[in-house]
Amino acid sequence: MSEAAISGSAGGPSAPPASLVQAHLVSATIFLTLAAVPLMGFLGPEGFILPLVTRMMILALAAIALDFILGFGGLISFGHAAFIGIGAYVAGIMITEGQTDALAILPVVLAVSALFALVTGIICLRTSGVYFIMITLAFGQMAFFAASSLAAYGGDDGLTLWDSASLFGTGWLADDRGLFYVTLAVLIAGFALVQVLVGSRFGRVLRAAKENDRRTASLGFDVFRIRLAAYVIAGMVAGVAGFLLACQSEFVSPAAMAWQRSGELIFMVVLGGMGTRNGALIGAIAFVALEHFLSDLTHDWKLIFGPLLVVIVLFSRGGLAAALVRLTKGAVRV
Amino acid sequence: MQDDLVRSSGRRETIAPAFFGCDRAVSTTLILVQILNGLQLGILLFLIAAGLTLVFGVMGFINLAHGVQYMVGAYFAVAFYGLTGNFLAAMVLALASALVLGLLLEFLVFRHLYDRDHLDQVLATFGIILFLNQATIVIWGPAPLIIPTPDFLSGSIPLTGGLLYPVYRLAIIGAGLAVAALLWFIVTRTRLGMLVRAGATNPDMVSALGVDVRRLFMLVFGFGAMLAGFAGVLSAPIFSVEPGMGDNLLIVAFVVIIVGGIGSIRGSFIAALLIGLVDTLGRSLATDILKLFIDASSANQIGPAIASMLIYVLMAAILFFRPTGLFSVGRAT
Repeated sequence: MSEAAISGSAGGPSAPPASLVQAHLVSATIFLTLAAVPLMGFLGPEGFILPLVTRMMILALAAIALDFILGFGGLISFGHAAFIGIGAYVAGIMITEGQTDALAILPVVLAVSALFALVTGIICLRTSGVYFIMITLAFGQMAFFAASSLAAYGGDDGLTLWDSASLFGTGWLADDRGLFYVTLAVLIAGFALVQVLVGSRFGRVLRAAKENDRRTASLGFDVFRIRLAAYVIAGMVAGVAGFLLACQSEFVSPAAMAWQRSGELIFMVVLGGMGTRNGALIGAIAFVALEHFLSDLTHDWKLIFGPLLVVIVLFSRGGLAAALVRLTKGAVRV
Repeated sequence: MQDDLVRSSGRRETIAPAFFGCDRAVSTTLILVQILNGLQLGILLFLIAAGLTLVFGVMGFINLAHGVQYMVGAYFAVAFYGLTGNFLAAMVLALASALVLGLLLEFLVFRHLYDRDHLDQVLATFGIILFLNQATIVIWGPAPLIIPTPDFLSGSIPLTGGLLYPVYRLAIIGAGLAVAALLWFIVTRTRLGMLVRAGATNPDMVSALGVDVRRLFMLVFGFGAMLAGFAGVLSAPIFSVEPGMGDNLLIVAFVVIIVGGIGSIRGSFIAALLIGLVDTLGRSLATDILKLFIDASSANQIGPAIASMLIYVLMAAILFFRPTGLFSVGRAT
């Protein structure tokens, strides 16, 4: 039942070439604007705006990873924040133990996220529909409690990082501007990776399995393996986002993988328009901006944010990406 | 929340030295206490999971906001206890209010989501959680509240080995079992229950046979909201009533209905007791059992971590062999 229902709300991935160029233009505009943010003094003091936009880009990276399995794979993972947390904790623990070289930390981040994704994926992907949502939620919660009980590394209270990671022996990751550009570079790389994967044979099979997994299986594809591979890739990319988050906040806590964070990641993807080229990117940026704007407005911003979420779900189909297309009467494709 | 449950049982510290110690009579009693605590957690989980699984079984609707109904039940109990000073009166009023709130949410939001896919349902009910959690902070403040145990259920009864067990906690177990029996009767012996079972198996057919499915949905939904509210009222005197108290319990309730098989009341009853016992016993025994195999300081480090993951490992193991849970009704895919 859910398979058919899910595919009903998808943005059409089969875009003609002309709109493909336009979609590339949209992505290029977004990335160029982001790159120019440190030059835009009018946005506010640099010490405030750079961390905010860096956080936007980190969450955008995680949202893009999630959209790969959610929008293109039809797998509603409600535990994606666990991978952010795993990446952050691996980085936090290694830095605390004195290993600050990013080139040593990153492989471990990738390996641990991949391992967690592989083990949980093998179990989660045996189920489907609502079971899949709940079991990913439960595994996310398991990671949360595991992190909370790491008494040696802060437990419930989290872990403050007294040292920051170094990249090629430089202090880029410790500096607002340096971290900003490193994050932007990683975001573009992650974005490009997902684009290439979605367009590849592997991505086509993944999308086909979302539309109709039985038919795809009967064509001779191993749907389980394809989905598992996608799940692991999405987990690894989110793990890298977690590593960047640890560098950015200089603090790691179980709160980063609370299930509410996973819900917010899904919301970013849906807000932007899932299964579209730029949707997750736009959604994450819009989400952080909205959150920031509302929390400036009132301390009880969730009183507005909650109902807004309900209204968006009830009345907007296809998210901001579809709205942008409608607004420009199809002149812009996202 | 789970941590709260265990902490408030207040027995974890005492059991550690006694269990593998020499005094067998005492350790048996302590295990008995833990089993009772586990049953009590299981009963509360069942009250929440029953509504969740009914709503999903009959309507195919996944309601994250169900945990908030539990929290709201507890807050209503506190509020009405403040007004009336009588626990039973507060309970009746709180149940009625929980029902009204549930029906209001159904009318305003949920009924527009029945035809939507699970993703939309998850997101919209997530929005309701954000709103109601914040609303309780605005109305009642962020500090935890508590109400006293009702007089007629205060006091303790002696168990073997000279340990005392609070009557109120036994009353929770009794009340939960009574509700379970009532549910069993309604579901298996009444016309309404027959419709619920039929709805869980094939809702389109039930509708085609001329049953007003909308009204059935509302009934089931209101009943589920009231059950969660009831769990909230019961737990108000023993746990601190605070914003977000339903969130983590909701996830455990999800584990319960997955293990039990979504849509199956019997499954969620058995799974709730199983999860309640495994969680409680795991938290009190994991460290001691580990000490048999590894040195004490590592055991103290790893024990709590393993204990907190135990129910998820159990769920994973069960799903690995039975991907649709122990007592699958055969709809939820």
